[in-house]
Amino acid sequence: MYETNYHRASSVEEAVRLLAGAEDGKFLGGGQTLIPTMKQRLASPSDLVDLGGIAAMKGISDEGGAIRIGAGTPHYDVATSDIVRNRIPGLASLAAGIGDPAVRHMGTIGGSIANNDPAADYPSALMALGATVVTSKRELAAEDFFQGMFDTALDEDEIVTAVIFPVPEKSAYAKYPNPASRYAMAGVFVAKTGGMVRVAATGAGQNGVFRIAEMESALAANWSPSAVAGVTVDADELLSDIHGSAEYRANLVTVMAKRAVAAAG
Amino acid sequence: MGVEGIGARALRKEDKRFITGKGKYTDDMVLPRMTYAAFVRTPHAHAKVTNIDASAALDMPGVEAVLTGHELVADGIGNLICGWMIHSKDGSPMNMGAWRALESETVRFAGQAVAVVIADTQAQARDAADQVVVDYEELPVVVSTTDALAGGAPQLHPEAPGNLIYDWDIGDEAATNAALSSAAHITRLEIDNNRLVPNPMEPRAALADYDAAEEHYTLYTTSQNPHVARLVLSAFYNVAPEHKLRVIAPDVGGGFGSKIFIYPEEIVALWASKRVGRPVKWVSDRTEAFLTDAHGRDHKTVAELATDANGKITGFRVQTVANLGAYMSLFSSSVPTYLYATLLSGQYDIPAIHANVKAVYTNTTPVDAYRGAGRPEATFVVERIMETAARELGLSPAEFRRRNFIRSFPHQTPVIMCYDAGDYDSSLDAALKAIDYDGFPVRKAEAASRGKLRGMGLSCYIEACGIAPSAAVGSLGAGVGLWESAEVRVNPVGTIEVLTGSHSHGQGHETTFAQLVSERFGVDTNAVAIVHGDTDKVQFGMGTYGSRSGAVGMSAIVKALDKVEAKAKKIAAHLMEASEADIQIEGGELKVAGTDKKLTFTEVALAAYTAHNLPEGMEPGLKEGAFYDPTNFTFPAGTYACEVEVDPDTGKTRIVKFVAADDFGKIINPMIVEGQVHGGLTQGIGQALLENAVYDEAGQLLAASYMDYAMPRADDVPSYELYTTETACPGNPLGMKGCGEAGAIGSPPAVINAITDAIQNNNLAMPATAERVWRASRGVMAQAAE
Repeated sequence: MYETNYHRASSVEEAVRLLAGAEDGKFLGGGQTLIPTMKQRLASPSDLVDLGGIAAMKGISDEGGAIRIGAGTPHYDVATSDIVRNRIPGLASLAAGIGDPAVRHMGTIGGSIANNDPAADYPSALMALGATVVTSKRELAAEDFFQGMFDTALDEDEIVTAVIFPVPEKSAYAKYPNPASRYAMAGVFVAKTGGMVRVAATGAGQNGVFRIAEMESALAANWSPSAVAGVTVDADELLSDIHGSAEYRANLVTVMAKRAVAAAG
Repeated sequence: MGVEGIGARALRKEDKRFITGKGKYTDDMVLPRMTYAAFVRTPHAHAKVTNIDASAALDMPGVEAVLTGHELVADGIGNLICGWMIHSKDGSPMNMGAWRALESETVRFAGQAVAVVIADTQAQARDAADQVVVDYEELPVVVSTTDALAGGAPQLHPEAPGNLIYDWDIGDEAATNAALSSAAHITRLEIDNNRLVPNPMEPRAALADYDAAEEHYTLYTTSQNPHVARLVLSAFYNVAPEHKLRVIAPDVGGGFGSKIFIYPEEIVALWASKRVGRPVKWVSDRTEAFLTDAHGRDHKTVAELATDANGKITGFRVQTVANLGAYMSLFSSSVPTYLYATLLSGQYDIPAIHANVKAVYTNTTPVDAYRGAGRPEATFVVERIMETAARELGLSPAEFRRRNFIRSFPHQTPVIMCYDAGDYDSSLDAALKAIDYDGFPVRKAEAASRGKLRGMGLSCYIEACGIAPSAAVGSLGAGVGLWESAEVRVNPVGTIEVLTGSHSHGQGHETTFAQLVSERFGVDTNAVAIVHGDTDKVQFGMGTYGSRSGAVGMSAIVKALDKVEAKAKKIAAHLMEASEADIQIEGGELKVAGTDKKLTFTEVALAAYTAHNLPEGMEPGLKEGAFYDPTNFTFPAGTYACEVEVDPDTGKTRIVKFVAADDFGKIINPMIVEGQVHGGLTQGIGQALLENAVYDEAGQLLAASYMDYAMPRADDVPSYELYTTETACPGNPLGMKGCGEAGAIGSPPAVINAITDAIQNNNLAMPATAERVWRASRGVMAQAAE
């Protein structure tokens, strides 16, 4: 790790101010990606502005038709929250399957979506549930927030403060983990919200998370695993690496979609 | 604790310090004025180094020195050596290219050290290493065995034309060809054995300290064999004469073979310590471990098994190309030859065997012994082709094996080894019973009703441990003898220190060896200390690898204990005015048989040291040493049975049940043996399903971190069922065979045999990743659907 200056902010405003004063600063969420990257000397921010002390960014609340999750909320809290388990079970089970217990206690939803790893789990949930990303500057629809692999609409000095999820009628997530990293090789989130079906896949796309329109219309007509069994995504658009070819990932997307629909009931 | 002898499941004495964080590893050692080394490593797999500019680095804070291969050569530091001479079949010696600890002319694998920075702190050394500017002129790269031997392939070493290190053979070629040409059936199989990264929990490390006044070096290092390290560093690298070099291998966190070898970093640390006049520490990070720890396996083989009309094997022909990487590591040459092809007879009576092995250079990390070293590769070839032949012949895989088992001992195979004892039916019976082999069709049908594919696979492995009779290995090209040493020191108060040339880096020697002493004298295991890993404390010894510490290391201890016991009995007889033959040792006391006269072991020990009343002419003291040279290899063997369930939708394999029935001969501590088997099986299953050190065409290791190199985890493996059968090894006093590697040796073919049975397609490469299984099962599923 290269030398860096550490700051701990107690409010969003203070965090923004601290970053503005840094030469080449970075916001630090749960640190589950940034810290290992720095330890490998692949990132060398001059300053780290830790968002972990901002109380206003933590917690889960039921706001009637929607669930608000503070960006600083760790995966473990999402996985074990009665609100999330009752209202959006697919999201709770997704959070319960991220990384390992250490990652789930440290990693946060805000950090995960701000990093937008193409194999991270959360982006698929935000897309499929039609979530809104609340930042220090504005509110963005999930689809406008995610802009491709490791790319989001965030400005350098913009902080994700919360994510608002509409409560769906049905939701479930199924993933096939990479055998080494346990990130998703293919993860599919299905949701039916206000009668509208959305299906989003992570881990497989060359450009990060993506929706699968053909599966959405098939499920809108017939909510059952068999409806998506015959739908395959175009392998040309998918990732290929030592763990799985694009063709194999295309198969996994279909299989995971079937399993997610079955799990959603 | 108490008296815990042979057969006791004694808890490990060493675990208290390990699990409470009190272990003392090389990186825990801190010396005054210590500096840190950071290596500058080539990102290119093959390149000429045209310039090294260290000026910016030398100006960085805390930097003591930047050293390159030019200074290393100028100071007379020798090239790295390979300690086992293999001759090609035409009689010519192997073609060994020069390997310098720092290479400043031509680099041959990504990660090879070009220069080293020595600085006050580790961070300063690494920062400065980033500022060393090395200019490279890239050269064409070759990574695969097949490409290495192709005409026009990039050449690595001028000493090895065509990248060929040796073209070696064993067995009777004419007889084998004759058997194949008259066979009723020939089973042919192409078999690749995937390259693995050892991944011990503790990465390699070295701390070198040069004392200018005494012209003496001390090296703390992660070694499985500190005396061999000292010998090689002295005799070949010209670092210092042996009496001016102390090597200490303190607590070492696993090795799996990878810490047998002497690596460039230790040599450089010693040399640099003298250069800068301060101690130099280097600790590998995990990326360096992936790139520079010697890898394992990487064979490409074609095997042909000839059988007669009765399903009896008549001949076996094997052609293997072994990838040794960019340089010949310390024992690399022996792994695909004498540690591999000598086991190709398996558990079977095969009249004619011939194997040809070509070893090649490629632009990859050097390959050497890794848990099993040659025997896993042999077992994979033998047990894959046995299963395949049984299927082709329409015989049950168990029955085909039984028809060909060796049942009379000693048995001379056509490939050097003479098996001394074994009972292969017993372990096969035990495994089949435990896995309910006969009930498998019912379970398969039940799985099919859920859309899953079940398969059953066997592996009847044999391996060779207890390496080895010194004269025998010497005649085969080994540069060292492979005996072991021990010294038993009884203190005046009756506590006992055992100094052993074996080295414990996870094996539990401090417990097992103490049990041997506890059994012999009836003393508490807490009264016994095992001393190892320091060339200043322990007499010369050969170290721990090849599951030799039981059969060889403990045999040396037994010999020393015999001498101590004999002397103690003489003293006791003298003190109690009895005949020496009447003295019995029982429960920590020396008794005169048939009387109530007795002395405690402590009283006898004290008498030996007070020397007030010893037999006429006897020297004072109670301390004896012994060297033990084995008379033969030992031959652990057994049957592993694996039942898998494949999800055809994803290709994911789940191991439903795994049974191991092993014959390790006499077992000292069953709990430790089970731990060794669990670890070995998990590494073997890792090789079968997950692990693969993949290179791209440019020679970059793609699986160079745990994000891409899939280590087996608890949820990848089942809860194992272990059984042991026992035929005592006649070759050593305890009847031990060795258990450290069997799990890793025997398990890969059991897993692959089970998966290929499940998917009804034998064309499946290892590791059987989910995608490979999915692809291989698709045709079968389509057929079933029709």
